[in-house]
Amino acid sequence: MLVYSVRRLIQSIPILVASTFVIFLMVASSVDPMTPYLTKKPPLSAAQLDSLRVKFGLTKPLLQRYWDWLTGLVLHGTFGSSTQTNYHIGQQLGYAMEVTLRLVVGTILIALILAVIVGVVTAVRQYSKLDYATTTIGFLFLSLPTFWFAVLLKEWAIQFNEATGTHLFDTLWESSPNPPAGFLPQLGDAAQHMILPVVTLALLSYAAWSRFQRASMLEVLGSDYMRLARAKGLSPFRVMFRHGLRNALIPLTTQVALDTAALLSGAVITETIYSWRGMGLFFISSIQMADPNSVMAWLLVTAVFVIVMNLIADLLYAVLDPRIRLA
Amino acid sequence: MTDRNPRFDSGEELLAVRDLTVTFPTADGDVQAVRGVDYVLRRGEVLGIVGESGSGKSVSSLAVMGLLPKSARIQGSITFQGEELLGLSERKLMSVRGKKIAMIFQDPMTSLNPVYKVGFQLEEAILAHNDIPKEQARKRAVELLEIVGIPFPAKRIDQFPHEFSGGMRQRVVIAIAMANNPDVIIADEPTTALDVTVQAQVLESLRTAQQETGAAMVLITHDLGVVAGQADRVLVMYAGKPVEIGTVDDIYYNPRMPYTLGLLGSLPRLDADRAERLTPIQGTPPSLLSLPPGCPFMPRCPLAKDRCAEEEPELLVTDTTDHSAACHYSALLAGKQADEVFSHTAEDAAMPESYGAEIAGVTGEVSAAAVEVPKPNTKGVS
Amino acid sequence: MPSRVNTSAGDTLGTTAAPGAKAAEFTVRARSQRQIVFRRFRQHKAAMASLVVFALVVLFAFVGPLLWSTSASFMSNDIFTAPDASHPFGTDSNGIDLLSAVMKGTQSSLIIAVVVSVVSTAFGAIYGAVSGFYGGWTDTIMMRIADLFLTFPIIAIAIMLDNRFQAEASSLWLLIFVLTALFWPSAGRVIRAQVLSLKEKEFVEAARALGARDRRIIFRHLLPNTLGSIIVISTLTVAGTILTETALSFLGFGVQFPNTSLGLLVTNNQTAIEGGHPWLFYIPGIFIILIALTINFIGDGLRDAFDPQQTRVRA
Repeated sequence: MLVYSVRRLIQSIPILVASTFVIFLMVASSVDPMTPYLTKKPPLSAAQLDSLRVKFGLTKPLLQRYWDWLTGLVLHGTFGSSTQTNYHIGQQLGYAMEVTLRLVVGTILIALILAVIVGVVTAVRQYSKLDYATTTIGFLFLSLPTFWFAVLLKEWAIQFNEATGTHLFDTLWESSPNPPAGFLPQLGDAAQHMILPVVTLALLSYAAWSRFQRASMLEVLGSDYMRLARAKGLSPFRVMFRHGLRNALIPLTTQVALDTAALLSGAVITETIYSWRGMGLFFISSIQMADPNSVMAWLLVTAVFVIVMNLIADLLYAVLDPRIRLA
Repeated sequence: MTDRNPRFDSGEELLAVRDLTVTFPTADGDVQAVRGVDYVLRRGEVLGIVGESGSGKSVSSLAVMGLLPKSARIQGSITFQGEELLGLSERKLMSVRGKKIAMIFQDPMTSLNPVYKVGFQLEEAILAHNDIPKEQARKRAVELLEIVGIPFPAKRIDQFPHEFSGGMRQRVVIAIAMANNPDVIIADEPTTALDVTVQAQVLESLRTAQQETGAAMVLITHDLGVVAGQADRVLVMYAGKPVEIGTVDDIYYNPRMPYTLGLLGSLPRLDADRAERLTPIQGTPPSLLSLPPGCPFMPRCPLAKDRCAEEEPELLVTDTTDHSAACHYSALLAGKQADEVFSHTAEDAAMPESYGAEIAGVTGEVSAAAVEVPKPNTKGVS
Repeated sequence: MPSRVNTSAGDTLGTTAAPGAKAAEFTVRARSQRQIVFRRFRQHKAAMASLVVFALVVLFAFVGPLLWSTSASFMSNDIFTAPDASHPFGTDSNGIDLLSAVMKGTQSSLIIAVVVSVVSTAFGAIYGAVSGFYGGWTDTIMMRIADLFLTFPIIAIAIMLDNRFQAEASSLWLLIFVLTALFWPSAGRVIRAQVLSLKEKEFVEAARALGARDRRIIFRHLLPNTLGSIIVISTLTVAGTILTETALSFLGFGVQFPNTSLGLLVTNNQTAIEGGHPWLFYIPGIFIILIALTINFIGDGLRDAFDPQQTRVRA
C-alpha cells in the first residue's frame, strides 16, 4: 500500500507540473498586478509604473517568469514574492489552511454523524412517516442557497445575542482579535466562533450525504448476505451493524474523502460571510489585490488537495472492501 | 441423535405448515404469492418442493424462517415441534434460526458477506448459539469446511468469499447451515445458480450435511432431476398452491395432475426405451394478481373442461393415502404418459424418429441431473 | 370473464395448441413503458405537489409580467416601502418594485437554468456515450478530462477570468458557459456507466450484425435507452444551476444590472435584515428555495418512476 501510494504520488507530479503551466498562463493573462497602481490617485508617473513592472517581473518573457516561479517553488520552497509589501504568501497561506482545516474537520465530523444516523434510520424505516419527514428536511437543506442560509443564521444569531443579552455566538472571524489568556478560555472562544460556520456547512453537507447513505443502506438491506446473516440467528443489532452498516459505509467513506477536497479548497461563501480568514477568503483577497503569485499558490495547494484526497479515497476503498486490489 | 429413517412416515412430525397464505401488497393490488400450502416434514426425511419460478415455493420457505419483508401478510400456521412460529417475537425466532432450522439460499455469489473472511462468517454462526471460546469455534469451523469437501480448510478459512468459486461458496453456506446441527435444513434452489458440472458435487455436500446432522430437509428446486436423486417425497406447486404431493415414485411414475405430467414430459430421459420427444407445456404461469376462479392451470391444460373454469380443484387423496392431487380429472391420468396428453410443438414435429436416440444421448451428457432419474415403469402403477 | 392485468409490457399469455384445450379468454393489457413511468410518478405525492407549485412559479415568472405592468428597472420615489397593496413585495433602496424584480429575476434564473441543463446534459450524455461505447484508451482519456472538470476549482477560474472580461458585458453567456462546464461531467459519468453495460446487450450486437454504424448505434440504440437517466439528470441540473447561480452572484460573477436574477436580488439585499427591510432578503430567497425544492422533488419522483428498484418489494 505504501508502494502504491508513493507510485501514485510520483505519477501525479507530471500532471501537476503541466497544470501549473496552464494555470500560470491563465493567471498571467487575467490577473494584472498593475491594476491597483494604474488607477491610483494621484496617478503614478510613468517611471514609477515602469519600476513597478520591473519589480513584478512583468518585463521578462512569460516562459522565463514561469521557470523562475517553478524553480523558486522546487528549489527554495517559496511561492514567489507578493505584490503587497510585508505580505509573505507562504505564511498567510499556512494560516489560511489552519483556519479552514478547523472549519472542515468540525463540519465533516458533524455532517458525517448526522448523515449516517439519518441515512440508516430512513433506510430501515423506509416509507415511514419518519422517512418522509427527514427526507423532506434533507431536500430542504439541499435546496438552500449557501449564502442565503449563512446570512440568515448569522442574523438570527445576532438577534439571539441581542434578545438574551449574551454573547453566545460570535459572528465575525475565526477567533477574537484579542483572545483570552489560558488554554480553556481560548478553546471556548474558538468554539463560540466555530458554531455558526460549522453548523451552516454541516447542515448543507449532511443532506446530500444522508441521501447517499440511505441509498447504499437500502441496497445492502436487500442483499442476500443480510438474509443469510438473519437466517444464522444473529441478533438484529449485529445483523444491522456488523453486516449492514459495515458494507453500507464503504461508498459514503470514499464520497466524503472526495468532497473533503472541495471543502478544503475553501468554503468561499461561508468564510466570506463569517469573515473567516481561511482558504476561500485568501483566494478572494488575492484576486482583489491582483496578486498573481498568491493566486498561483492557492491554485497549486488546491490541486494538491484534490490529488491527495483522491488517493486517500482509493486507499480507504481498498482498506474497507477486500475485493478491491490496488494496482 | 436420530437415525435417518427411510420409512419416513413413521418419523416424528417436525415441521407442519398448515393453510399458509402469503400476500404482498403492491401498486397493482395484492399479489397472492402463496395461496394455501399444507405439508408436514418428518424427522430425517427429504421433502422436495418443485415448481416454476413464481409458484410460491421460495416464499413459503422464507415464511417458515420468518424472513419475509414486513409488508407481507402471512396467515395460517407453521409449527415446529408443536410450537407455533408465526407471530413469534424476533428474539424467539433468533433461537430457532440457524439452531433448529437452517437455510441455504440460491445464489452463493451474493449469500456471503464480501467484507468478512469465510472463517469469521462460520464462527459467527457457531457462536450465535453456543457459548464456547473463539478458538473452539474456529476448530469447529475448520472441521465443518472439511466435511463439506473444501480442500485445505485450515488455509481457506482465512480467505475472503471472493477468493472462492461459486460451488465452493455454496459449500461454505452449507457448512454454515449445518454448524449447529439443525433439525431442519431448507435449501432454496441450492444448485440453480451453479454450473451443471458443479451441481452434482454441491448436492453431494448437501447430502453429507444432511446425514451428518440427521436433519430433515426441504429441498426447493425447479429441477425434477435434482429432486429425483435426493427426495423421499415431492410437493409440486403451481400458482401459489400445492397441486400434487406424494412419494417420489408416485410423482414420477404415476402423476395425477396434468401439470406434473407436463413437467415430466419436458424432462429429457436417458432411459427411454424408444425415441421420445420432449413435450413442453405451452404458455406461461398466470399472474398472481387477481386470479380468476377455477383451476389456475386451466389455460395451459390440454384436458381442461368447462368445470375447470368454474371450480378450483381441491388437493384430494388419490388411490394411495400418501398421494394427493388437485385435479378434477386426476383419475383419468392414471397410467398416462406425457406425450399422450401434451402435444409436441409444431416446429419440430417433422423430426425423423431415428434422431431420437442420439438426442437422448446428447442431452443426457449435458444434463448430469437427468442421469439420476430412476427407471420408469412404462406400464403405470394403477 | 375477468380481465387479466400483466405488469410486464409485451408479455402475453400463450394459448395451448393441444387438442381439447379451451381457447384462453384472457385479455392482456400490456402497459407501455411510458404509461408505467407516468403512473409511478403520479403516486409520488411530493413530486406531484411540487410539479403543481413549480408550474405556478413558471406562470408567475412568464405570465406575471404581462399582468403586473410595473417595470423591474423603474426607480420610483417609494424607497424601502414594506409590502402593501401597491407593492405586494415592497420596494428596495432604489424604489424598484420587488414584485416585478422577482418576476424578472425568476424568469432569467429559469431561462439560465433550463439552457444550462439542456446543453450540459446533452453534451455530457453524448460525451459519456461515446466514451463508454469505444472504451479502452479513448475512454480513459475522455474520463480523465471529465475528472479534471469535476475536481478543478472552476468557480475560482471563472472569478479569475471574470476579473478580466468584466468590461466586455457578455457576462450572461460567460455565466452559462461556466455553469455548463460545471455540470456536464457528472451527466457524462452516469451515462457512460449505463452505456458500458448497455453495449454488452444483445440488441447492440443485433444492430451491429445488421450493419449499423457506430454513430447509429450510439444515437439510435444506446442513448434512447438511457433516456430515463437523462431526464432525471437534466431535472436535477436545473436545481443545481439555480443554486450555483446564486453563489456566483454573491461572488460578483454573473448577471448584472439592469438585467436581474434571483441570485443578484438576494446578493444586493444581503444586509436587508439588519437594515430593517427583511422582505427584500426573504422573498427572493424563498423563490430560490421554492424552485430548487420543487425541482429536487420532481427529480426524485422521476428517478423513482424510471428506476423502481428501490421501491420493489423483495419476495
